[in-house]
Amino acid sequence: MKISVYRYNPDTDQKPRMQDYEVRPFQGMMLRDALLEIKKQDESFAFRHSCGEGVCGSDGVNANGKNCLACVTPITELSQPIVVRPFPGRPVIRDLVVDMTQFYEHYRAVKPYLVRTDPLPEQEILQSPEDRDKLDGLYECILCGCCSTACPSFWWNPEKFHGPAALLQAWRFLADTRDQATEERLDALEGPYKLFRCHTIMNCVEVCPKGLNPTRAIGLIKDLMLEKGF
Amino acid sequence: MSIPSRHFDALIIGAGGAGLNAALQLASADVRVAVVSKVFPTRSHTVAAQGGVNAALANVLPDNWHWHMFDTVKGSDYLGDQDAIEFMCREAIPTVYELEHAGVPFSRLDNGKIYQRAFGGQSQDFGGDQAARTCAAADRTGHAILHTLYQQNIRARTHFFDEFFALDLVRDKDGVIAGALVLEIETGEPLLIEAKATLLATGGCGQVFRTTSNAHINTGDGCAMALRAGIPLMDMEFYQFHPTGIAGKGMLITEGVRGEGGFLVNKDGERFMERYAPRAKDLASRDVVSRSIVTEVKEGRGAGENGDYILLKLDHLGAEVIDKRLPGIRESSRIFAGADPIREPIPVFPTAHYAMGGIPTDRFGRVVVPVGSGSEQVVAGLYAAGECACASVHGANRLGGNSLLDILVFGRLAGKDIIDFVRENPYQRSVDPASLEEAMSRLTRWDQKGGGVPAHQLRAEFRKCMEDHAGVFRTEEVMAEGYQRLCELRDQFKDARLTDHSKVFNTARIEALELQNLIDVGLSIAVSALHRKESRGAHSRPDYPNRDDVHWMKHSLYYREADRMDYKPVRTKPLTVESFPPKERVY
Repeated sequence: MKISVYRYNPDTDQKPRMQDYEVRPFQGMMLRDALLEIKKQDESFAFRHSCGEGVCGSDGVNANGKNCLACVTPITELSQPIVVRPFPGRPVIRDLVVDMTQFYEHYRAVKPYLVRTDPLPEQEILQSPEDRDKLDGLYECILCGCCSTACPSFWWNPEKFHGPAALLQAWRFLADTRDQATEERLDALEGPYKLFRCHTIMNCVEVCPKGLNPTRAIGLIKDLMLEKGF
Repeated sequence: MSIPSRHFDALIIGAGGAGLNAALQLASADVRVAVVSKVFPTRSHTVAAQGGVNAALANVLPDNWHWHMFDTVKGSDYLGDQDAIEFMCREAIPTVYELEHAGVPFSRLDNGKIYQRAFGGQSQDFGGDQAARTCAAADRTGHAILHTLYQQNIRARTHFFDEFFALDLVRDKDGVIAGALVLEIETGEPLLIEAKATLLATGGCGQVFRTTSNAHINTGDGCAMALRAGIPLMDMEFYQFHPTGIAGKGMLITEGVRGEGGFLVNKDGERFMERYAPRAKDLASRDVVSRSIVTEVKEGRGAGENGDYILLKLDHLGAEVIDKRLPGIRESSRIFAGADPIREPIPVFPTAHYAMGGIPTDRFGRVVVPVGSGSEQVVAGLYAAGECACASVHGANRLGGNSLLDILVFGRLAGKDIIDFVRENPYQRSVDPASLEEAMSRLTRWDQKGGGVPAHQLRAEFRKCMEDHAGVFRTEEVMAEGYQRLCELRDQFKDARLTDHSKVFNTARIEALELQNLIDVGLSIAVSALHRKESRGAHSRPDYPNRDDVHWMKHSLYYREADRMDYKPVRTKPLTVESFPPKERVY
C-alpha cells in the first residue's frame, strides 16, 4: 500500500515536498498505525500522537483532503494512494506537526471555565438529569482542531474569528445551568468577527471525529443573543 | 555552556490530574508556578480514564469513608499504608465536591446529585453488600476532570510550558533539588527552570510493556528522573493488569461495564467468574479477575479462533443504558474490536494498566527516603504525586476508581504543602554547574553518530521482554531469564544511536530519551518482582502461591545503583481509627 506524506524539516529542507512510502496493511489498521510504520522506516518523520484511541486529540491530520484523527481512521476508509498532509491553514513546524498556538488562544479567549458568583454549597450544586443532558455533545470535545482548521472562515480570519472549537466551548458554558456569567459571555462574543463570521458552511460538523456539531452550538448562541436582546 | 534560564517559586513536571490540581492550588494562592508538559495539557493520559472517581457520597446506596477505607486496605492486600488510605478516603468527599464546583459535568441522578456506579472491590459495612461509590461523567470521567482542571488553570493564569520535555532534575552544591533542565521540543533547545520546589507528576509507565492501555507518552519519566537522582522506587513489582483491554490491542474497556451489569463469559458461554469469586463475581478486585481470565485461556476455554481471549457481554443492558452510561465504550468497541456491544460481546484480555508503586512520598506529597536504620527523611523541596508517586494508598493492588482519586487528593495536598514550603524557603538555590552538565549529557549523548543499535528497535525488544517475563503470572525461572535479557538490552543502550540529529521537533530524539526512562523503570519492576518471594495482590507467583505476612508484609525499595533492593515496614496504624489487621482476601 502506498502512502504519500508531506515532509518539511526547516533544519534541512528549503521547501516542503511529498514523499512516498510503501506500508504493509493489516486487518484493523488505522491511519496512525500506518504513520507509525513510516516512522519505523524513517525516524526523521515527525507527527504528534499519544493515546491511540481518539481521546487525547493529538493526531489530527489531513488525509485525502479531509481532516481526521489518525488513530480512529481505518485505512480501509481511505482511497489509495493515501495522501497525508498537515492541517490546512496552520504554520508547519515540521512534517505533519503544525503550530496550534492561535487555536488555543481562541479557546482561552472564550473563558472556557465555569463561573459561579453565588456562595458554594457544602455539597454538589444540584443539576437535573435533563439539564445535564444539555451538555452532551459539547463537553466531549478533545481540542484536536480538526474542525477549526477545516473552516474557511477561520482560514480567512484566524486572528479575529474564534472558530468552531472555541465557540462550541463558549456554548458548553452558556448551556450549563450552574454557570452564572451568561451576560458577560454574550457581551464578549459581540461584534462582526468573533462569532458572526460563521457562515454555516458546516465543514466542522463533517470532520469532527467525536460526532459533535459546532454549527448547531453557534446557532444556539445567536438565538440566545436575540432572546436576551443583544 | 550557556543555557537560558527561568525562575519560578514552584515547578510542576506533568500536566495530568495531579499536576494540574497542584498547579491550581498554587496559582490560586499567587505562587509563581510553571507547569512543564511534553504534550499540550489536555493530551495527558488522565484524559483516558473512563469509569470514575471514588468518594463515599452515599448518593445511591448507604456509604461512608470508613467502608471505603476498609475496601482499599483489603484491595491493597494489606500492603497499603493505612494512615495514607484513611486520609485519602476522608479527603475524597470534599475533593469531589470541589471538582463539581469547578465545573466537572458529572452525570446526575433524578434528585440532581452526582451519579455513582458500582465498581470492583466495593462493599457496604466492611465486606457486606456491593456499594456504589464511583462518581462518573458517563464513561469519560477522566476527560471531564482533566479538561475542567485545565480550564480552571486558565482562569488562575498558571504559566504553562507546553511541549517541553524534562531531561533531569538539577541540584545545588549541597545536593538539594533546585529545578530541572528541560528541552523545548519545537526548537530542540534546552532551558533551565529554577524553582524552590519541584513536583514530579509525570504519570504512568505502561509503555514498558508491549500491550498496554497506556498512551505513547506514558514512559515513566518522573520515576526515572528520581532514580537517577539516587531516590529509590517503592513497590514497583506491583503492576496492575486491567482485566478488560480490547483483545490483541490493549485499549481499555472500563470496569464500569461490569459495574453497570455486564459480565465475562468463556467460549462455552459460561459466566466463569462465579467459580473464582462466588460472591463478588465480575466485580471482584482487578488482580483476581485478570488471573481468572488468564487461567481460563490457559486451560483452553478462551474464545475466538485461537482461543486467546474472553468475551465481555453487555447486550442485555439494552441500547438505552449503553448509550447513556457507556457511550465511549460503544464507540471504542466498534472502532477497534469491530463489535457493537449492543448486539455482540467485546473480545477482551488483560492489558498492562497501572503502576501501584512509584516515588515514595508521605501523605503531603513530599518525597521521603530512608536514612540509617528504619527512619525516613523528607527530600527538601522535592514532591511527587499521581501515578508516578507511591503514598502508598494502593499497596499490592489498586481498586478501580481510586486512581483518579489518588491524583486529585495528593495533587491538591502537594500543592498546599508547596505553598507553605516556598513561604518558609523564600530564596532560590543556585544550580551547581556540574549537575547541569550531567543533565545536559543526557541530551548531547544523542548527537553521537555512527553504528550501533537503532533506538526504536531497542525500545521494541525491551517492551516485548517485559511483557514475556514480568506479566500476570511470574515464576523464578521466567523472571530470572527476563532479568538477564533486560540487562543485556540495558548494556546495548550505551551503543544505541540515532540517524536523525536535527533539532526542530525531533520526535526520534524524544523517543530515545524516553527509552532511557523505560529501561530504568522496567528494570525496577523486574528486579523488585524477582526478589519478592510470595504472591500478594497483582504480584502472582505460582512457585510461591501464598501471601507471606511474616516475611513479606513490607514495602520494596529499588535503587538504580547496582540494582540494589531495600525494604521498609508497612504503616498499619491509621490516623484516627482502629487498624485493619491482615485477613485472608476473598471476594
